[in-house]
Amino acid sequence: MIEITPRENPSRLLTAGVPVLAAVLSLVLAAIPLAFAGAPILDAYGQMVTGVFGSAFAFTEMLTRATPLIFTGLAAAVAFKARLWNIGGEGQLYLGAMAAVWVGTGMIDGPPILMVPLVLLAGAIAGGLGMLGPAVLKTRFGADEVVTSLLLNFIILIFVQMMLEGPLKDPMSLGWPQSEPIVDAAVLPQLMEKMRLHAGFLLAIGTAVIAHVIMAMTVWGLKIRAVGENPAAAKHAGIPVTRVFLAVAFASGALAGLAGVSEVAGLKGYLTADLSPGFGYTGIVVAMLAGLSPLGVVASAIFIASVFVGTDSMSRAIGVSSFLADLTVSMSLICVLLGGFFARFRIRRLKAGEAA
Amino acid sequence: MMDILQIFLSDSFWAASLRIATPLIFGVLGALLCERSGVLNLGIEGIFVVGAMMGWLTAYLTGSLWLGVIFAALSGGLFGLFHAVLTVPLGLSQHVSGLGITMFATALMSFSYRTIFPQVSTPPRIEPFRALDVPLLSDLPFLGPVLFQQTAMTWLALLLVALLWWIMDRTALGVAIKAVGDNPDAVNAQGLSVIRLRMGAVVAGSALMALGGAFLTMSAFDAFFFGMVNGRGWICIALVIFASWQPGKALLGALLFGMFDALQVRLQTEAGALIPGQVFLMVPYVLSIVALIIAARKADYPRALLQPWFKGQR
Repeated sequence: MIEITPRENPSRLLTAGVPVLAAVLSLVLAAIPLAFAGAPILDAYGQMVTGVFGSAFAFTEMLTRATPLIFTGLAAAVAFKARLWNIGGEGQLYLGAMAAVWVGTGMIDGPPILMVPLVLLAGAIAGGLGMLGPAVLKTRFGADEVVTSLLLNFIILIFVQMMLEGPLKDPMSLGWPQSEPIVDAAVLPQLMEKMRLHAGFLLAIGTAVIAHVIMAMTVWGLKIRAVGENPAAAKHAGIPVTRVFLAVAFASGALAGLAGVSEVAGLKGYLTADLSPGFGYTGIVVAMLAGLSPLGVVASAIFIASVFVGTDSMSRAIGVSSFLADLTVSMSLICVLLGGFFARFRIRRLKAGEAA
Repeated sequence: MMDILQIFLSDSFWAASLRIATPLIFGVLGALLCERSGVLNLGIEGIFVVGAMMGWLTAYLTGSLWLGVIFAALSGGLFGLFHAVLTVPLGLSQHVSGLGITMFATALMSFSYRTIFPQVSTPPRIEPFRALDVPLLSDLPFLGPVLFQQTAMTWLALLLVALLWWIMDRTALGVAIKAVGDNPDAVNAQGLSVIRLRMGAVVAGSALMALGGAFLTMSAFDAFFFGMVNGRGWICIALVIFASWQPGKALLGALLFGMFDALQVRLQTEAGALIPGQVFLMVPYVLSIVALIIAARKADYPRALLQPWFKGQR
């Protein structure tokens, strides 16, 4: 027989070590599909490493990829802390991008000092409203926000395609469904010559720090955690549970919306329906790997961006499908989930005759 | 108005409704079985992909459609077992595990497809299930085309509705599964294994979900495409609440859904010039949310849904 008992106090080292172990393990496990694909395994890993660390350009490309993941990771982390299952990050990202394009392609003209905050604000509000909807459906009607936020992803993506063939379509695009380019004043500037890394990255880091301060050091953070840990007790303690829940929903959606703004105004310059290769969904993995800690999100976003950029580069060199990256990322989620179990429980084999 | 009446009178409309409903029937039954035992299975979207890919691949390699159906169910059950191990004996978050299974399953199937068929210009095809041709019955006016010219998988789905209804309502096993989703302590006190019941229900439910995916590649189409499941799994999670976890109502919900979807396709051809086509594409997802809102208030959730159970606690 096996006995499973909760650990008295899970050590900090264990709690912090689990995500790192999970990340390493998922990379090791990637050898199995590599072997199946008949790839030279060590060579493939080598290609992945040089694909990220081989040059300054490669490294900044990785940081560029990490930028939206920090935002969507924060969106999931903040929501999950309050036990709000926002699985709609992908849709909220597109809402943010659409709002940025709507405001930033000539509707308003102004200097960068005005335009940049304006597109950010528009995107954040659009994304925030995108999650406020499912949250209200939850508090008013009891409709499960997991399902509604998930289904909204599909609705919003179709809506984006509709807008890109209609009101948002660039008349100069020769028939391609894409928006007009963002005006220069609203563009998030590049950080270095000849690199695509843009100010959105710094903004993402700054946002993570702010989120950390709010969650760890303010009454607001305390309330959010209280609502997540025990809504009944929080209510008893006089915390307006519904209001906190709705506020978290708005904040979470706004964070995902900023991912969309950052991609449109910092990287692509215009909106297409393939702006995001699933950043919203990957944000969930980022948040879980980070143990829902806002600062941890930065680290895990960088890890996952490295997996994607490294695998892409390996895929080009060796020809193994780049779906390997999605596979590795999904395995890291399952590993960290399992790891959480071993951090929280002690597992002991009972000798014959010993009572449980 | 006349046009809409004509749609409702045509046998092709009702045949299409049942055809569209078929994968959802499999999926809702699967989700129902898992949730009745107390386990939410958000792996459904990925398990649909597993069923679609494994069923199609088996049929492609062996030439046997029924072998494909069996393999789809087995592979789905395997991923279900994965979810069951994580959520039942280990008691980990059903939300996170389910999403993890969906991501893992989808990525694994996409990776496998690309590895087995590197850069094909046209996707390899199979000879899919053909419409049944039942002597006499298929020639009946109206009922013939609607019921008796469907593929064998649609009939399998309808049979499974009856089977699951019988199991859940008429057998001791069904009573035990429902009890374990409502009050696992009571089940344990009776000397039954909570862990085994729940794991069994999740594995069987996942096998059913995979059949929904298999229908897509082996009956509705004849090839595997990335993104072909397109949220059908999530729709099933909404429909099972709408169906208050009852097989009969699950069939009804899936059929209603199929009807609306068939209707929007036909209205699209009528009103295509006036309304952008995308509006119609949104209909299934909007409908699912509406169904959820209608049903949520009076939804009688299995009481122990989402709650892990450990032996010897409390």
